[in-house]
Parts: sequence; structure tokens; C-alpha cells
Amino acid sequence: MKEEDRLEEKNPIEEFLRMDRIPHIWCPGCGIGTVLTSFAHALRKSQLDLTKVAVVSGIGCTGRVAGYIKLDSFHSTHGRAIPFATGLKLANPELKVVVFSGDGDIVGIGGNHFIHAARRDMDILVICVNNFNYAMTGGQVAATTPLQANLSTAPYGNFEYPFSLPYLADACGATYVARWTALHLRRITKSIQEGLAKKGFSFIEVITPCVTLYARRNRLGDGLNLLKYYYENSEIQHGADTRTLDISYQGKITVGKFIDREKPTFLECMNTHLKKVLGDKYQPHGV
Amino acid sequence: MKKVKADPKGVLTGAHYLDGDFAIAEGALAAGCRFFAGYPITPSTETAERFAERIPYVGGVFIQMEDEIASITALIGASWGGLKPMTVTSGPGFSLMMENIGLACMMEVPLVIANVQRGGPSTGLPTLVGQQDMMQVRWGSHGDYEIIALSPDSPQECFDLTIKAFNLAEIYRVPTFVMTDECVGHMHEKVVIPAVEEIEVINRKWYEGPKDKYLPYKPDKDLVPFMVKAGDGYRFHTTGLTHDERGYPIINAECQDWCVRHLVDKIRTNAPKIIEYEEEETDGAEVVVISYGITSRVAIKAVQQARKAGIKVGTLRLITVWPFPEDRIKELAGKIKAFVVPEINMGQIRREVERCAFGQAPAIGVSHCGGWVHNPDDIFKAIKEAAR
Repeated sequence: MKEEDRLEEKNPIEEFLRMDRIPHIWCPGCGIGTVLTSFAHALRKSQLDLTKVAVVSGIGCTGRVAGYIKLDSFHSTHGRAIPFATGLKLANPELKVVVFSGDGDIVGIGGNHFIHAARRDMDILVICVNNFNYAMTGGQVAATTPLQANLSTAPYGNFEYPFSLPYLADACGATYVARWTALHLRRITKSIQEGLAKKGFSFIEVITPCVTLYARRNRLGDGLNLLKYYYENSEIQHGADTRTLDISYQGKITVGKFIDREKPTFLECMNTHLKKVLGDKYQPHGV
Repeated sequence: MKKVKADPKGVLTGAHYLDGDFAIAEGALAAGCRFFAGYPITPSTETAERFAERIPYVGGVFIQMEDEIASITALIGASWGGLKPMTVTSGPGFSLMMENIGLACMMEVPLVIANVQRGGPSTGLPTLVGQQDMMQVRWGSHGDYEIIALSPDSPQECFDLTIKAFNLAEIYRVPTFVMTDECVGHMHEKVVIPAVEEIEVINRKWYEGPKDKYLPYKPDKDLVPFMVKAGDGYRFHTTGLTHDERGYPIINAECQDWCVRHLVDKIRTNAPKIIEYEEEETDGAEVVVISYGITSRVAIKAVQQARKAGIKVGTLRLITVWPFPEDRIKELAGKIKAFVVPEINMGQIRREVERCAFGQAPAIGVSHCGGWVHNPDDIFKAIKEAAR
């Protein structure tokens, strides 16, 4: 069959995928593909030069994004996507660097890097797919698991307080903070577009269904049941106070764009400050 | 590999009075290092301080990261971003770096790590000397791989070998280590920084073929694959997973064999070109003293004493510690009575010498747990015993 006859069979985001790596490993009903699709749409709408966009992932189900997206893409170690991205961005500031990884990776094992990258306003976009558990290893409790939820290392239910990621990002100084669920396709796309255009540390959390582990262990049904849960329980509140964004087990999920502020990035601070102190002797970097 | 002229901005030509830690920073700048990510740790911090002070006048980035894990990982990102990166650390920080040293090996990324060794294990002796990480640098990350490690014995060599470390890292796309110690790191001596034209700087082999044909892990004739940097339009992929020439993960035994053998063979095959050591009076020697770093300077006194006492002593100073000069040790072992290996650890390199000697000559260790250098008398005693 000729290429042009095949159009309707083509994946609509084929130009952004490494088709020689498809099929992917994600389970039916998983939300990661939804976020990846939104990312591809955002890239298309942003009209960025795709040779200047790099994706860095850590380890886990979402960590596999780096392997499927057809950009300069780096599959690093568990929790270390943010410092990897920091080195990449600082070495080649013309790049738009996107960290695309899971909750366990970004705020569990990599939590320290997350808070510091936000603090120093590293100019990267962090997309965190939050499925409330460590899925790649078989459904263990995470730093994001709602209280009561049952997972393989919390077999009697979770009794640890979870992080509220937008609150954490806001407190650390992120310049852009949004949260959506896998149901909010167009809004995720729009947020990613905004994040790509935004200077500084941008953070987007997307709550996604993990059907095989989180949903099964908690008898929450399939992907559709979880999307219905999002539909009935998510409430858009742009600009909501980030202190109010906790997620309880099967409870209300406040979504929206919470933070959008301007401040100079790490590199801008470095160049401005050193130029001021050292004058013409200073050799600016990346300008 | 591509020889280039050193960037004059990074070269402080002239005679200086520097400690080893400062000399490492100057060596890095002269070699073209323009990215430093680090975390303060005694006794290595002075290198970071020197870099932070100098880089604004040279052009590049110094960033103090949140920990050593972030530091080494930022180096890997920076290397893919096209800069020559380095960090410096000591025992506990070195331990924290291990996982991502493995990532750097797997992704075949040029970068340089200096370890100003202090006494361990654990927090150990933050301010006092040790040489106890010599095996950790070789084996510390999980899995099979090869790295290159150099051991300077003076501030001058800290400068020279840091440049060499960058060149080797770039030639072989491999993490390269400057394994110095607290004594050399804090020792002030004359350091001569040569004229720009006299400094040999080598850059990685950049791929220049068609954009859609680039394979990040296709070995060239010298087994080293070509590199590109992010943003050059190749839209390539790389991973810490076992991968094929495309950099795509392939999780099976065949690909694992290809991938791991490549990492190991790349260095082992090129070992004769990498290895450097310094020998004196080994012809006709009955005893050969093998040492490195600060211990080689302490051993000089013992060797002189032994020669006065009529013992024929040769010396072999390791400049490259890894890959190890196996063939030369094997050759010497057939001609001498014994090796004497003084080192500030419990016999890490001694055991390596014993392995390479194939039972032809014993390797007598003079171990010291750290905190101070050897008393030369202890080394002298071991030489006398070896000559018997």
C-alpha cells in the first residue's frame, strides 16, 4: 500500500513518534499515552523547531516516554531526570528541555532535585504523570498515594500522608503550576503549550488511571470507570490556593492553572548578577 | 579524535604556586572544560571554589548542585549538550555518584571526575589522606564496564593529568577519573602552566554524516562511536537500558552481550595506548616498588635507603591506574624476587599486582589505613624482606 493511501491508518501523531518502537509497553486503559498525545499536539500547535526540543525521562512507566518520542530524548536513571535536564539546558541554552516522568520518579526518589530545580528557577518544563503508585514494579505505595488506598506494599491501606504536588511546586518557587486529569485532553495540551512558552520552572501534574494495578487492587473498575470518577469529581478552579489541593481517596480533585508568574531564570540571574559585579570582564553564558 | 588549539581564555600561562586542588581546576579550564557541577566536600572543595571564581572570566557554567547524585547526572546532561564537564568530590560523595557513573559508562559520555581521596569508610577522616577508593573507582557501579583512572603525585601532575583525563574521556567517550588524595590535593608546589600552543587538547569525534543515518552506538574502527549533541537535528535516543547501535533498548541476552562487551572491549583493546607509568632502574632489579600518588613520593626515601644498603631496587610509578599495566607487571615478575606495594589502604593495588604476577613473584604490601602517609622505614623494611 502506498503511503498516501494509508493516511487514515496513520497514527495522527506519527511525526512525533519513533514508529520503529511501536507498539509501546503501556497497558490498555493507561493514561500515559493520553498525556503523550497531548504533548505531541502541544508541540504541533507551538510550532517549535523540533530539533531544538529535548525530552528527559527517568525510570518507570512514564519514563518510557523518552523512548517513544521522536526528539532528542534521554532515558536517564531513577529520579535523576531533573539534574540531567539541568546539565543539558545549561550546556545548550537554546534547547527547550522537557522532563517527562512519573510521580515516583519526580517527587519520590527525585524529590530533592525537584525542589531545588524549582527553587533556582531552572528553565525547564516538568510534566509529571501521577498514577498514585509505583506501577512498573507492580503497584507499590508512593509519595502521592491517597490515604486508605491499597497497594502491594500497603496491603492494609496507605496510612502515610501524601504530597500535594502543586502546593509543593508553588512553595518551591515554580513559575507555572497546573494540574489536570487524563480526561482533560485539550486543557492538558493548552497547559503544555503554555509551559513550553513559559520561561522558568514550569510544572504540570496529570492524574492518570493505572488500571492494571491501582484500580484493580482497589476494585475501582477499568479505565472508563476512572475517567468517570475524574468527570464527576474534578473541579476546575484556576488560581486556587495551592494549600487546598490535597487529594483524598476517590475524593474531589481540584484542577486548573494555579500559578503563572514571571521571574528571571537561573541563567538570567547568573548573567545579570555576574555582569553587575564583574562588569565587562564577565563572559556571559548562553546569551 | 580531533586535536585542537587550547582556548587561551582558560589558560593561565606562567609559573604559579598552587595546591593540587587548584591545579585540577586550572587543568580543567586549560583542557576546555566549561561546565562544572559539584557539591562541597572536604578535601576537594577548593577545586570547586577555584572554578567558581575563574569561570566568569572564561565563559561557562559553575553550578553548585543539591548533592553529588545531581552533580554527576548534570555532567551527563551537559556532555550531551556539547560541553566538556567535570566534578570533584571525595569518599562519601564518590559513593553517591556510583549509580550515575554507570549511566555515563552506558551512555558513553565523556566527562571527568576528580576524587581527592580521604580516609574511609563512611565519613571516616574528612581532613586526612587515604587511597582507599582505588578499587571503588574500578568496580563501584553495578554491572561490568571499564573506566580510565589516573593518579597524580604532585600539583603539577594534577594540572597535567587533568588535561590528559579530559583528552582520554573525549577520545574514548568514557568517564575518566583523576584519583588524587588529600596530601597532593592540599600540597602547595610550583605549577608551570605552559603556553597555549604547548597544550594538547583533544575533542570528541563529532558525527558529520546524513542526519537520518546517525547511530549513536555504532563503533568506529577504534571501537569508539561518533557523538552528536542535543539540538543538532539528529533527534536521537539514548538510554541506560541495554541498547543496540540505535540506542534503542533491547532486553535480551544477545544484545546484553553485544552492549557490555563493547563497553569493556573499547577500553581493553585500546589499553596499550592509554596506559602510562614511570619506571626507574628496573633493569637488573631484585625488588620493584610499585606505588602511586602521594605514596610514590614517600617511597623515594625508602628506595634510596635500600639502594644505600646495596639492594637493587627498581620503581614503577602508576600514572594510569586503570586500565592496569598487566603485561608489564607480568614481564617484571619473571625477572625479580618480589614486588613491594605501599599504599594508603589495606592492599587494593597489591592484590592487583599479585594477580598480574601469576605466582612468579610475591607482592608484599605495606598497608596504611589512612590519616597520614607511610613512615618510609616501614617501606624500607618491606624492601629488605623482599630482597632476602
